[in-house]
Amino acid sequence: MFDTYPMIVGGVLTGLVFGFLLQKAHVTRYSVILGQFLFTDFTVLKVMLTAIVTGGIGIYAMYGIGWIPHLQIKTAAMAAVTLGGLIFGVGMALLGYCPGTDVAAAGEGSRHALYGFLGMVVGAALYSETMPYFKDTLLKAFDYGKISFADVTHLSPWIFIAGLAMLSAGIFLLIERWEKRVQFRRGIA
Amino acid sequence: MSLFSRRWSPYLVGVGIGVLSWATFLTLDKALGTSTTMVHVSGAATALVAPEHLKTNPYYAKEITEKTPLFDWQFFLVLTLPVGAALAAWLARDFNVEHVPALWRWRFGGSRLKRAIAAFLGGVILIYGARMAGGCTSGHGISGGLQLAVSSWTFFLAMFVSGVATAFALFGKEGRKHV
Repeated sequence: MFDTYPMIVGGVLTGLVFGFLLQKAHVTRYSVILGQFLFTDFTVLKVMLTAIVTGGIGIYAMYGIGWIPHLQIKTAAMAAVTLGGLIFGVGMALLGYCPGTDVAAAGEGSRHALYGFLGMVVGAALYSETMPYFKDTLLKAFDYGKISFADVTHLSPWIFIAGLAMLSAGIFLLIERWEKRVQFRRGIA
Repeated sequence: MSLFSRRWSPYLVGVGIGVLSWATFLTLDKALGTSTTMVHVSGAATALVAPEHLKTNPYYAKEITEKTPLFDWQFFLVLTLPVGAALAAWLARDFNVEHVPALWRWRFGGSRLKRAIAAFLGGVILIYGARMAGGCTSGHGISGGLQLAVSSWTFFLAMFVSGVATAFALFGKEGRKHV
């Protein structure tokens, strides 16, 4: 019923640090998440892209020298991933949090996040009871396996990481310039 | 920026989460994720009334195993996630007790019940989608994204398009002034 002692300690510490970081970026705020979807606040994109690029550099470096034995890529069952993503987006815009930020938001005082948490548990139960009806159809449709873009193209992952880093830097520059312009306009209004 | 400042640069936080993912990969052989835990919580509730159902239902049987027990590492991660957030908020005196967010109030009024029902429904839809796709913003978005997974970038794109469409359907262009 319980994981091993080191895994439990690892989980506890990871949760503490993760929750701390999410709060310090204010991605635990409904207004920040909805601001991203309405394109008035780009905090979510900044945090995610920076985490992806930083994480990718370290993970592929450690994988390359053998410190990490294998990657943890999820299967590309394209029908389920696409439909699941579309459903997820509706839920995220309605709730104003994603699963991790909902729980963290509850920690910093959001009360409606608690109802969101209840909903998430019910959603998990609902999924468990209904997935037998489509586990052999939808979940297996267009399944290309546990593939990365490096596998698909037979290129080095470093090409993608470098590309992603440059693309992110470009996006950040545009966002920062836009934010300055908005601030300037507010200043004279 | 110190432990006591209210808000850190989002780039710094992003780097922090990236480094945190190095640590979990290296020391625990795990990728950051949160949404599987909701299945474990609903599984724990199910176990109280019908313990044999965890073995007969194919999804519980797949998700709750010897290697990933009911109270696994991620369960403890989700358990301490609010503690970490509370600690950050406490150090900076930055708690945010919120029943109805301002944007929601502007569009749908100040009813706490109405907002609670919407948040509950949002939660149901959110996890249904996450479990169908096999991950959420952390498991797919960050962990899968940094591994350059085809599945995760597809999910990221689909959820972003759908989130934007839903947000504009709910609040419209006018809502941008009230976030």
